[in-house]
Amino acid sequence: MKEDPGYYDYWPYENRPKIEWPNGAQIAFWVAPNIEYYELDPPTNPYRTPWPQPHPAVPGYSIRDWGNRVGHIRQMELLDKYGIRGSISLSAALCDHHPEIIEMCKERNWEFFSHGVYNTRYTYGMNEQQERDMIKDAMESILKHTGQKCAGYLAPALSHSELTLDLFAEVGTELFGEEGGFYSCDLFHDDQPTPIHLRSDKRFVSIPYSLEMNDTIAYLVQKVPPRQYGKALKDNFDRLYAEGAESGTIMCIPTHNYQVSCAHRIKAYEEALEYITGHSKVWVTTGREIASFYLEHYYDAALADIAAKRI
Amino acid sequence: MSTLDKKYLHYPHRSYGMDHNRYEWSMLHERPKVSWPEGKLLALWVNVGLQFFPLNQKGIPFKVPGGMTKPYPDLRHYSLRDYGNRVGIYRFFKAFDQYGVKPTFAVSTRLAERTPYLMNKIKERGDEIICHGYHMDALHYGGQNQVEEAELVKKSLDGLRQISGQAVKGWISPAKNESANTPDLLAANGITYFCDWVNDEMPYAFQTQHGPITAMPLSTELEDYFIILNNQHSAESWADQVCDACDFLLQEAKTQEGRILSLNIHPWVLGQPHRIGQLERVLDYICSKEEVWPAYAGEILAAFK
Repeated sequence: MKEDPGYYDYWPYENRPKIEWPNGAQIAFWVAPNIEYYELDPPTNPYRTPWPQPHPAVPGYSIRDWGNRVGHIRQMELLDKYGIRGSISLSAALCDHHPEIIEMCKERNWEFFSHGVYNTRYTYGMNEQQERDMIKDAMESILKHTGQKCAGYLAPALSHSELTLDLFAEVGTELFGEEGGFYSCDLFHDDQPTPIHLRSDKRFVSIPYSLEMNDTIAYLVQKVPPRQYGKALKDNFDRLYAEGAESGTIMCIPTHNYQVSCAHRIKAYEEALEYITGHSKVWVTTGREIASFYLEHYYDAALADIAAKRI
Repeated sequence: MSTLDKKYLHYPHRSYGMDHNRYEWSMLHERPKVSWPEGKLLALWVNVGLQFFPLNQKGIPFKVPGGMTKPYPDLRHYSLRDYGNRVGIYRFFKAFDQYGVKPTFAVSTRLAERTPYLMNKIKERGDEIICHGYHMDALHYGGQNQVEEAELVKKSLDGLRQISGQAVKGWISPAKNESANTPDLLAANGITYFCDWVNDEMPYAFQTQHGPITAMPLSTELEDYFIILNNQHSAESWADQVCDACDFLLQEAKTQEGRILSLNIHPWVLGQPHRIGQLERVLDYICSKEEVWPAYAGEILAAFK
């Protein structure tokens, strides 16, 4: 075990090379709906228990199923209304279980990125080959069912190994060359993209995804009222939008259909989306587009700046 | 870290639909339209949990949420839960009658045995009674002895049917927790609908060994206990959330189909003097809308079919 994951250097938020997003935007805004499949009776993992009750865990399983049966269409209609294409954090097995959802997202040209195979199969305890196989399975499933060359990864249930980012990048290269496997959502250390050190030296970035704005963290962990969550979204946007005049920032709202689409919560979410997309200098985009734009225009300048500031 | 068995990367249920055989995969917006009586758009199902939390709680396989948490005898939690059945419920009755609500009472059979006055009161009112298990510490759970659970289901239903004089067709498990056998045992004992699965907004068919029964959508996320005690929001915030839900569901019903607003509430939570006003505010707000149909759970199910 290591003291530091070694993915990035300390790089102060002030005096970085200025980022300008397309069309003079100050902030890149993206919404990442997690579309997940949780199994009712997954195999046991010695490092993490999937459900708090012995099988069948009806309360936890059934509300997540609600997200697919009921919640998905609600959030999708809302994103349509405000001209937002979702960047889906996808349990790849959902392509097999619920292809109707995949089709609706494809029709809208949403992005699909990998969130593992099932959200009840954790990385913990996998050896390198097993983790590589799981990552490859998910990326191949996304290609088969959507035609997309998967660019991003959020490890299933945020379960990691020391090699997670390396393996994702390497499988991406194996399958798609430079067109796949080039960004991660697993790190929460910054409000701007960060070049990531990998053993393969692949050009690869961390894109801010935000735990703080994540609806499940807000509602399930912090247990905040919906209107407080809506206000936090606006406050988060206001500050990042203002700072983006100096150098472009990123705001992400990671969502879950079983949380944000509940009838008593969706109004607060809608008000925030209306507020954010009502500003002029906002680039409403996807994770892949942000990562690609950054790799093309700012990645090399960032590497040079980080090297110059390294002790 | 030890290596996982290779079966950890095998996915035997990875195919179309669900990873079990209890119900069909179905997205709500693809189903036939539902109309409620008299052209109403939103059914209001107020479900009142009348619960008995025994002082000598065993906590098998877990301590039921809302139950005893302190060393025996946990008088504070025992008596505060009892408050609901002695005091809070009578505030509920007044509020229901004032706003024209038709409440469904989900009763612990052990409470029914212990409080004949309260049961007679409900019988005289004529409200629907459903079974909420034997008591809150009599949990249904994975790994439970099947014979033991079968006896528990039978005892709970036989007892409540005898006391209530009603057929008792509905069921909510304590803590909405089940074993893998619970739905089969319920069907074998004459239950036609149950309210444990929170995966839908409308009724749907749930398969058992004795034919299908109906899963009725009773929201946990909007419960008074969940919002006020689990999430620690104010009673006023609970009321805001319910009113927002009402607005949203009514709007959805106007463009899609009949919807259900289900409120699972408890007299030991909202029956407190400082909270009852928020329940009244909610009922006033919802019941003043012409498109709302206050109904018993059984009536909603009958209209759905």
